[in-house]
Amino acid sequence: MKKSPAPSEVYLEGVFQLRGRDFVDAGLVSSRIKNSLKNKGVPEDTIRKIAVIAFETEINIISYAKEGTISFYLLPDRVVIEAEDSGEGIENIEMALQEGFSTADDSIREMGFGAGMGLPNIRKFSDDFEIVSEPGRGTYLKSSVMLNGNYRAKDDQDDNA
Amino acid sequence: MKLSEIRKILDARVVVGEDKLDLEIKTAFSADLMSDVLAFARAGCLLITGLSNPQAVRTAYALDIAAICVCRGKTLSAKFIEIARELKIPILVTDYIMFETSGRLFREGMTGCIREVAIEEKSRAQ
Ligand SMILES: Nc1ncnc2c1ncn2[C@@H]1O[C@H](COP(=O)(O)OP(=O)(O)OP(=O)(O)O)[C@@H](O)[C@H]1O
Ligand SMILES: [Mg+2]
Repeated sequence: MKKSPAPSEVYLEGVFQLRGRDFVDAGLVSSRIKNSLKNKGVPEDTIRKIAVIAFETEINIISYAKEGTISFYLLPDRVVIEAEDSGEGIENIEMALQEGFSTADDSIREMGFGAGMGLPNIRKFSDDFEIVSEPGRGTYLKSSVMLNGNYRAKDDQDDNA
Repeated sequence: MKLSEIRKILDARVVVGEDKLDLEIKTAFSADLMSDVLAFARAGCLLITGLSNPQAVRTAYALDIAAICVCRGKTLSAKFIEIARELKIPILVTDYIMFETSGRLFREGMTGCIREVAIEEKSRAQ
């Protein structure tokens, strides 16, 4: 399902593995992606949007999948979050995208999640959003936040993730 | 309002950030559900929450939230404190319930980081 961008136009990228039900470090990938994007000339509000999108995506994979990956790409005109998991999949995507729809159990609620706001949030903060799911096989999600035209990647692309 | 004033108004303990008591914070957001925080809270605000697990700190970090006040006298895990130190997010703990915590700060001039959701959604769409 994955259609990653051509390597030539990627300024910066990272891939993170996640295991389902591994709640201890939930949110860590979002923090790491945020750290990677700092000091690269990306506007702060864009970084915040990407951090929220990564956070909700990460919590969903930990909550509903056995394992999955989250990748981010810094491109000339956008930042992209791409996620793939081998989870239970989503039966009815339209329903899952509605605010308040949730199948979260108590362990997820204890973490402060399970309000049925994650996917709506991701869509709200994305300029471009795509989700494909096969029940029983897994879910693919791609979200982009556009950079305005005058962005130029800074030279200091040392990875501090 | 300085973090030191917030501490006084809430009879709060400073768990992380003794060195940041001069920090100015003008707005706040109160919630236990992190997805609501991620949807509606704003950079620079105070997060008032009863959630005492590390996801509260990571949520605050994602949004550049200035500080967290944990209400209802919740005990914080070592992990919570460790992550807050690492991410440099000041943590206060108050015994007041969320209503009392928010009300005391509001009475002293602090406002919500957004006032209502409908208006907010419209301004976002513009
Ligand atoms: N990666 C996924 N794999 C399988 N099911 C998913 C996945 N992501 C979301 N879902 C399903 O879609 C529902 C809605 O997801 P959403 O993120 O919007 O809300 P939530 O996770 O239930 O609560 P919140 O995100 O507000 O904490 C989930 O309850 C779950 O049933
Ligand atoms: Mg979710």
